[in-house]
Parts: sequence; structure tokens; C-alpha cells
Amino acid sequence: MSRQSNRTTDSKKMNSELFTLTYGALVTQLCKDYENDEEVNKQLDKMGYNIGVRLIEDFLARSSIGRCQDFRETADVIAKVAFKMYLGITPSVTNWSPAGDEFSLILESNPLVDFVELPDNHSTLIYSNLLCGVLRGALEMVQMAVDVKFVQDTLRGDNVTEIRMKFIKRIEENLPAGDE
Amino acid sequence: MADDALFEFLHMEIVSHIYKEQQSGKGEMDNKDRAVCVSVLEGMGFRVGQGLIERLTRDSPSFKDELDIMKFICKDFWTKVFRRQVDNLRTNHQGTYVLQDNKFSMLTQLSSGKQYLDQAPKYLAFSCGVVRGALSNLGMESVVTAEVSVMPSCKFQVVIQKL
Repeated sequence: MSRQSNRTTDSKKMNSELFTLTYGALVTQLCKDYENDEEVNKQLDKMGYNIGVRLIEDFLARSSIGRCQDFRETADVIAKVAFKMYLGITPSVTNWSPAGDEFSLILESNPLVDFVELPDNHSTLIYSNLLCGVLRGALEMVQMAVDVKFVQDTLRGDNVTEIRMKFIKRIEENLPAGDE
Repeated sequence: MADDALFEFLHMEIVSHIYKEQQSGKGEMDNKDRAVCVSVLEGMGFRVGQGLIERLTRDSPSFKDELDIMKFICKDFWTKVFRRQVDNLRTNHQGTYVLQDNKFSMLTQLSSGKQYLDQAPKYLAFSCGVVRGALSNLGMESVVTAEVSVMPSCKFQVVIQKL
């Protein structure tokens, strides 16, 4: 009954499918609950943010990455360590702005969109918008305010999926009043 | 391939979101609100369970009987979805099954013991739906409920609906 071969690959793939299918169920539910795509995009971003602020701790605990020296290093860590660890893909980091405060992540494949097609009446839906929120929330916890958005999306007909990340400012560490 | 932790974070956030949305505007949640939340989560789980079982049993031969299916759920399906096998399967041989998982993956992060016991049902609704969806695609309509007395141990009760 149980297949012996490729047990590990199967198990990892199944978990990927569990995540992908659950994400799909979430987006479907949000589309039902909210009137328009804009609202759904916002909710996905908000939920992503909530996940990101917790995910960063998991990430730091498991990757033993130290503090990044600059935004370039941050970009590399995000692409080569974080994306690899959580989604099993390694996007490429490109299109740096001259000031070094903006870059793009190019994803050849996106596990969130396996088996997914956007129906015509949802052309402005940013299906994977959760990712933007996750990145934003996670970086905020390490004192970086960033702006994250999708500029290309394979679901909407583009060749690749491109996420643009812009460094806004360093967040001062605010200790709660009364703390030493 | 997506990491396990990602699913857990996503699941927790989904539960949190559904309850927050239902509560918005009102002070306290009443039982009707809670029932709506559980029902939404269970419905989401149902679709996921249907999809998962389809992928998992694509190449498998067909099952001999009901018990065969339940054993598959307890071993292969549980391993793939909840990363361990069911510890104990009991049945009255009349369509009711009790699946006991002593370290249920959705509960291990919550507590071990009685703390947060009242919160546990929120985190079980989705999983009940997953099991019900899987069984549905295997041709068995059922009612799946879960009960917890000491975390993270959990008992799922499956009652097969005879048509």
C-alpha cells in the first residue's frame, strides 16, 4: 500500500502541496468575503505581515545568519537563504537602483501558484501578495522599513514573477518606556 | 518545496483572521459566531483534503473496503499531512472510527497539558475538514469531529454516512 521509493521527496512534495492548496483555499475564501480584488490584496498583505513578524524569529533561529552589513547583503540572504529554506526556490537578485536602495527578485517558479489559474474577473488580483507582507513584516522586525510589491506575475501572463523591494529607512529600536 | 513551518504559520494566521473578521464590530463572540468560524475553516479544509487525496492516490490501486481506506488514512495520509501516523484506530465495525493522535501537529505549538484547552477547537476545524474532504473523494461521506482533553493528544471521530 505505501510506496517505499522516494519517500523523502514525496513527503516534501506533499507538504508543498498542503501549503499550496491551503493558500489557494485562503485566497478563494477572501475572494468570497471581500467585494473587490483591491481589498483581497490588502488582506493578503496584512496576513503576510502578521506571518512575517513571527517567521523572522524562526528564520534567525534556524539559519544562524548574523546581522547584515548592508542592503545588498540583506538581498542575498533573502534570496539565497530565506527563499531556499521556506519555499525551496532561489530567486535571482537583479536590477539594482543606482543608489543601491532598490532591487528585484526574479522568481522562475512560484510554489504558491502550482495548479492555479486566475479567472477573468480577477485580473487585478495579486495572488501571491502574502509574500510581500511576509517580507515587509520580517524586515521590520530587524529594523528595516521596506516597500515590497509585485511588478511581474506569471499568473497574469508575464514570463517571470518579479518582486521589487525598496529600502525606505532604518527603524530606530524603540525600547518600551520604563525598560532598562 | 515549501517548508513545514510555513504551513503552520499560514494555518495559525488563517484561524486568527477568520475569528477576527467574525468578531469585528461586536464585543463578544457568541456561539453562533464561533460556529460560523468553525464552519468556514472546516470548509477550507474540505477542499484541501479533496485535492491532497487526489494527488496521493493517483497511482494507487483501489481499496478493498472501508477499513482499508481508514487504515490508509491513518498511515499514509496522516504521515503526509500531519507528519506522523495515527497512534490508535478504533472502530465499532458499524461505520464509526476513532483516530487517536498523541502528538497532533496542529496542537504541539499550543501547549502540552490543559492550558489553552478552550482554544484547541479553533485549530482543529481545518484538519477535520481535510479528513472529511479526503474521505469524500474516496467515496465516503462522513462527519468528522475532534476532541481534546490533554494537549497535544487529540481524538478524531469519523462517522461514515450511509446513504
